[in-house]
Amino acid sequence: MKYIDEYRDGRLAKDIARQIAALADPARSYHFMEFCGGHTHAISRYGLEDLLPANVRMIHGPGCPVCVLPIGRIDAAIALAMRPEITLCTYGDLMRVPGSNGSSLLKAKAAGADIRMVYSTLDALRIAEAELEREAVFFAIGFETTTPPTALALKAAIAKGLGNFSIFCNHVLTPAAIQNILESPDVRKLGTIKIDGFVGPAHVSTVIGTEPYEFFAGEFQKPVVVAGFEPLDVIQAILMLVRQVNDGRHEVENQYIRAVTALGNEKAQAEVANFFELRESFEWRGLGEVPYGALRLRPQYVAYDAETRFSMVTPAAKDNPACECGAILRGVKKPADCKLFGTVCTPDTPMGSCMVSSEGACAAHWTYGRFREKARQVDVGRAVA
Amino acid sequence: MCLAIPVQVKEVLPDNMAKVTLDGVSKIVSTALIDDVRPGDYLLLHVGYALAKIDPEEAERTLALIREAAAMGDAA
Repeated sequence: MKYIDEYRDGRLAKDIARQIAALADPARSYHFMEFCGGHTHAISRYGLEDLLPANVRMIHGPGCPVCVLPIGRIDAAIALAMRPEITLCTYGDLMRVPGSNGSSLLKAKAAGADIRMVYSTLDALRIAEAELEREAVFFAIGFETTTPPTALALKAAIAKGLGNFSIFCNHVLTPAAIQNILESPDVRKLGTIKIDGFVGPAHVSTVIGTEPYEFFAGEFQKPVVVAGFEPLDVIQAILMLVRQVNDGRHEVENQYIRAVTALGNEKAQAEVANFFELRESFEWRGLGEVPYGALRLRPQYVAYDAETRFSMVTPAAKDNPACECGAILRGVKKPADCKLFGTVCTPDTPMGSCMVSSEGACAAHWTYGRFREKARQVDVGRAVA
Repeated sequence: MCLAIPVQVKEVLPDNMAKVTLDGVSKIVSTALIDDVRPGDYLLLHVGYALAKIDPEEAERTLALIREAAAMGDAA
């Protein structure tokens, strides 16, 4: 497949890893956070961590919108879907996310709620158009990549005069979350993590460009390298970060030049700005209240805002106390540090959000990482014996 | 969630839509967020919408840089 396979060449990856090992100063350690779930998945799937020298470590950040959605929002969506007049349209990722007391959209569907999995907002619009007597609500979630499609759906619904289409908006913003990781007071509670630089999101950056990261590079003196999602992209970005740290630089660099520009997709940004505005505060699972970390519909589109239209309430809901998603999303703990990991919590029976989405740190570790860890332990055991 | 895949435009359709393929699998997608879409272009497709064009020259440049870095590692 063009623009995929050529970035998966294992031999080249090993050579770049040798270059990283040659450049990494043995007297110091390098901790880089990959913000995006797509990178977490690539790092686990292709075993990139095994290629890196021991003093270059990746920390998995909170960049999976399904993982950071608080449980109360799932509860609110389930309550809405149980109403007889509602058809709730949702991306498949959300179906198994656990709500309170073991509930989920999938279980609500089994119990008779009209919940439809859609691939695109275009499907949700089609459902609204085909069933004018019902209320179609699109459960909107995602970072800056997924917001423009929601904006365009709203634009089309208005143009078509579809009065039975509305949006339950849970769109969140990347830069706010990165800032929160770096300066939130919660970090002190959970323990601090050393971060020497960030691997910046791939597809989010196609929309917002590389410019929004300049603030972090300048203000927090952390290098940011925006990288594609293929393994060679990620490992090249790590090499670029090691070079920046060695040189004492903290700049925004763009590894993903084939799709990302400095200014991003301005057409998409304009569509989003037409329909959405910042929320002063929005709860993120694992990060708490993030100031200006999410979007809501502008007041003139309140008729299309499901939260107002159906007087939705977001109940305060607590995660399972044994679940370590919060600390894992911040990079403070690893999946295997959680007591629930691999026992009661697996991708088939996820307890926390990090296990639900395939891009979550726990699901990635369950699917790819744990075997490698076991193999490493056996190797170490043999070496000791 | 934010994963997008590269697809090639086969046919530009009315109303900002296009027929695209990925390894022979066809799909009709929205190109409302992209200007000047032509058959043969590669687009990044995410939840039914193209988010960006893939620049073939920059893609080549990235591969050249990767090969260069790999060659240095090979020598290391």
